[in-house]
Amino acid sequence: MSILVIAEHDNSSLKQATLSVVAAAKAIGGDIDVLVAGENCGAVAEAAAKAEGVAKVLVADNAAYGHFLGENLGELVAEVGKGYSHILSSAGTTGKDFMPRVAALLDVAQVSDIIRVESEDTFVRPIYAGNAIATVKTSDSIKVVTVRPTGFDPVAAEGGSASVEQLDVVKDAGLSSFVGEQKAESDRPDLASAGIVISGGRGMQNGDNFKMLEQVADLLGAGIGASRAAVDAGFVPNDMQVGQTGKIVAPQLYIAVGISGAIQHLAGMSDSKVIVAINKDEEAPIFQVADYGLVADLFEAVPQLEEELKKVL
Amino acid sequence: MKVLVAVKRVIDYNVKVRVKPDNTGVDLANVKMAMNPFCEIAVEEAVRLKEKGIANEIVVVSIGPKACQEQIRTALALGADRGIHIEADGDVQSLDAAKLLKAVVEKEEPKLVILGKQSIDSDNNQTGQMLAALTGMGQGTFASEVVVDGEKVNVTREVDGGLMTLSLNLPAVVTTDLRLNEPRYASLPNIMKAKKKPLDTMSPADLGVEIASRLTTLKVEAPAGRSAGVKVADVAELVDKLKNEAKVI
Repeated sequence: MSILVIAEHDNSSLKQATLSVVAAAKAIGGDIDVLVAGENCGAVAEAAAKAEGVAKVLVADNAAYGHFLGENLGELVAEVGKGYSHILSSAGTTGKDFMPRVAALLDVAQVSDIIRVESEDTFVRPIYAGNAIATVKTSDSIKVVTVRPTGFDPVAAEGGSASVEQLDVVKDAGLSSFVGEQKAESDRPDLASAGIVISGGRGMQNGDNFKMLEQVADLLGAGIGASRAAVDAGFVPNDMQVGQTGKIVAPQLYIAVGISGAIQHLAGMSDSKVIVAINKDEEAPIFQVADYGLVADLFEAVPQLEEELKKVL
Repeated sequence: MKVLVAVKRVIDYNVKVRVKPDNTGVDLANVKMAMNPFCEIAVEEAVRLKEKGIANEIVVVSIGPKACQEQIRTALALGADRGIHIEADGDVQSLDAAKLLKAVVEKEEPKLVILGKQSIDSDNNQTGQMLAALTGMGQGTFASEVVVDGEKVNVTREVDGGLMTLSLNLPAVVTTDLRLNEPRYASLPNIMKAKKKPLDTMSPADLGVEIASRLTTLKVEAPAGRSAGVKVADVAELVDKLKNEAKVI
């Protein structure tokens, strides 16, 4: 078997999610190649070559791939991937965008968002917003699979020494063009890969109150998230949303502040190692999944938490 | 321009999902069904384009058993002009759905096709992208804003780390994210009027598509539950537990 992993990156650095996808590829077994498609993405290729378990890195460096347009990536990956038994990518928004195009161009099904590998053709994935877990077998000769990164412990980022090969394949479908982007600028760790995440819900009452969480997050080196209720209420931007329709996180420590614990939210964080809930409503469903629950007014508890953490850190 | 909207009948958003005791699937007997929430957003976006004078006809299509005509009628009550029901019992997987929709696109020649980004049952997030690939159209997935400008459409997408705006040639496929709009409710007069709007029924064979399931679900299980832990008395105890018991800080 031979597996092609499509790297997730921003043209300058390799996303950690890619290392989790390589881990999923290792669980399937076989030679693992990584395709880095982007523009001026040499540093990403170098990083991918160092990842544990990678045999070869293929680089498609062209302006057509600079913004990861689904139409262009779809054609490229279908072309490069047709000689492989498996094509894998992260189930981030880029992978979700281009991978179904790859599957359709190859006339095969896609298995989305897997959290476990049972065998080379059988995978486990959540359905119904995580309320059910399905085991799915595919009969296609090329298996197109997206991987939920939190389902697999990433392989080591260092230690490998894969060869790097430049591809001369330019696919520009000419259907779409990049207009602009608004990136949330933050010095904090990325939510998806942060070891600690602190999230606020409707109980925060407004966006300004999230500053309290920021102070705690700065002490812990944590990422900051939010529930859908907090995002819908306009307290914080969309990309902070943790939940089935937002980010799926599984940090070592997840602190839910003023979050009731709707199923939607639980689907995005219930794989965290340790969950702390701070909520004044002792009946809140979040306490049913929390390892440590504190029934308290968050406006008192969060400043106290900051003070206590200063003492011990 | 003509807009095609695809809608799916799924278990109602508010229903608590239960896995069948024999692990063959999810219990759908006597469970309330409804239009997939992302598809409601797709219908709403099409109706708004019509209200702005950009769209002049909205065709709504659904694939599934006879009962999904209920969801087509809902879309007609919300403002779609006519319906197409592709009658198919059993499991229609994303690739087959995309092939059926491709056949409809070839007949109807819409300028814009709007779908939900995923259905809340299978959570696949595939059909729109597959349809776009099969028809050679560009795609604006996970849309939070759609602006038609002549022969182009600008789509702002919700992506990891922020928002990204693309310009697509028309015809194009757009898939909706949650914050694109807030769907309206159908009024009683419009529900009555919807009953008289045209609804064509066809089979996959009529469209020249053979349903060929590639994926087999071997079993469906309830997720491993997390059990509730302990309640702590105060913040000091919490920090002590995190440091000395859980050892995560």
